[in-house]
Amino acid sequence: MGKQSSILIVDDDADWLQVCSELLAQLPSKPEIHTAGTGTRAIARLDDQPCRLLICDLKMPKVDGLQVLAIVRKRFPDLRTVVLTGLDGDEYRSRAYALGVDMFWLKNEMQQNITMFLDCMESLLGSDAESSGFRGIQSKSLMDIIQLECMSRNSIMLQITRGPLVGRVWIREGDLIDAEVENARGEPAFQRILAWKSGTFESRPGDPGRERTITKSVNALLLESAQALDEMTNPQTEFIQRSEHQKTVVRLSLMAAEGAEFVVTSDASGKVETMGTASAESMAAWARKAVENSKKLGERLGAGPFSHVMGGGLQLRLLALPQDDNKSVLVGWPPDTAESQLLERTKKLVASWGS
Amino acid sequence: MGFLSKLFNSQPAVRSLPSGSVTVSRKGAILTSTVSSTYPKPMLEEIGREVLREFQDAREAQLPMTELSLHFASLRITAREIQGGAVIFLTPRNPMGTRSQMVKKA
Repeated sequence: MGKQSSILIVDDDADWLQVCSELLAQLPSKPEIHTAGTGTRAIARLDDQPCRLLICDLKMPKVDGLQVLAIVRKRFPDLRTVVLTGLDGDEYRSRAYALGVDMFWLKNEMQQNITMFLDCMESLLGSDAESSGFRGIQSKSLMDIIQLECMSRNSIMLQITRGPLVGRVWIREGDLIDAEVENARGEPAFQRILAWKSGTFESRPGDPGRERTITKSVNALLLESAQALDEMTNPQTEFIQRSEHQKTVVRLSLMAAEGAEFVVTSDASGKVETMGTASAESMAAWARKAVENSKKLGERLGAGPFSHVMGGGLQLRLLALPQDDNKSVLVGWPPDTAESQLLERTKKLVASWGS
Repeated sequence: MGFLSKLFNSQPAVRSLPSGSVTVSRKGAILTSTVSSTYPKPMLEEIGREVLREFQDAREAQLPMTELSLHFASLRITAREIQGGAVIFLTPRNPMGTRSQMVKKA
């Protein structure tokens, strides 16, 4: 059996290896499936017998998945690579894509979309190394990526992730046909996704039956978006007033949609932004102090990275989250809000808050 | 034996996380505990003091709370205020705990 139709799966969980092997053996191209329980064995196996596709876990003892991917990228540049992991987080996703992986799948996501996962693996197996173009590390703006895909007349779905927010853009034979993010669809969704300053993207197979909601040309939409971004970076008084008003309206509607009572954000310098409460200063100070003290306590206990503080009383529930640059966010929720949903809803609200 | 104990340090390299419940008085003294006796008492007292301080700070910030939980990657500390003191539940978390469940699902 040749290199073209063989898959090597690397995972330290023997049960998982068996499940994946059985699943991938069902692919139409009937690939030969190999497995390895450690990163070292995987690399040795690739030295002995080249494969077309490597599916790699991230959390493994001794040599972890990111190390395997870094070695593989240098030694086997034609090898297609996919991360299949239980570790959710932008950091892992960004690091994996920076190492040039073709796809990043979460194990639970894969179980919910087995058909799509198998389609993606089949498409990677089928794409010929000589005809699939150049590959490498990408650090481009979203506008560049969309323009490139459209100019190449591709039919794909770009999935863009920014924290808990996931946006999708459909391109059919080089035409932008649809976009979706949270509750928005079409042009508003596309403009919202383009306003994101950072994130990760994945290229997935297109959906031929996808309904067209965008009729404007991609260049016109990109131009409009570029003008809007330009105005934001070179603000004029009237524009600032208008955008501040729009920001307030958007934030109020976000709070109403999510059902939050108030949001208080503060940075290391003590600058506080608030919506929905009058006594923001004392709340912000509590959130900042609670986050800082909890971080210190966690370090002394060896309890791993600090995630959040949750509080509950008769009148409301609270969740304080640390942010980048020593910022903290405190969100108040009605007392009957389900505890299991608090973190997810807060993260979602906070991600939309800054975009 | 003295020679051996010099060669082999008896201190474990990694300390396990506390698991169980602790009751602390309003002054932070430990009243009852179901945490293993091998876990250092000063660390439990520190957890108690931190929890009481956060309840106190919240009251001062006009955010009266009856329950508080601190979430870390490997540990959750949940506390309920009781007559000025608190009962604290310490629950270690396994970050890869869902893996076996996922395999079963698949």
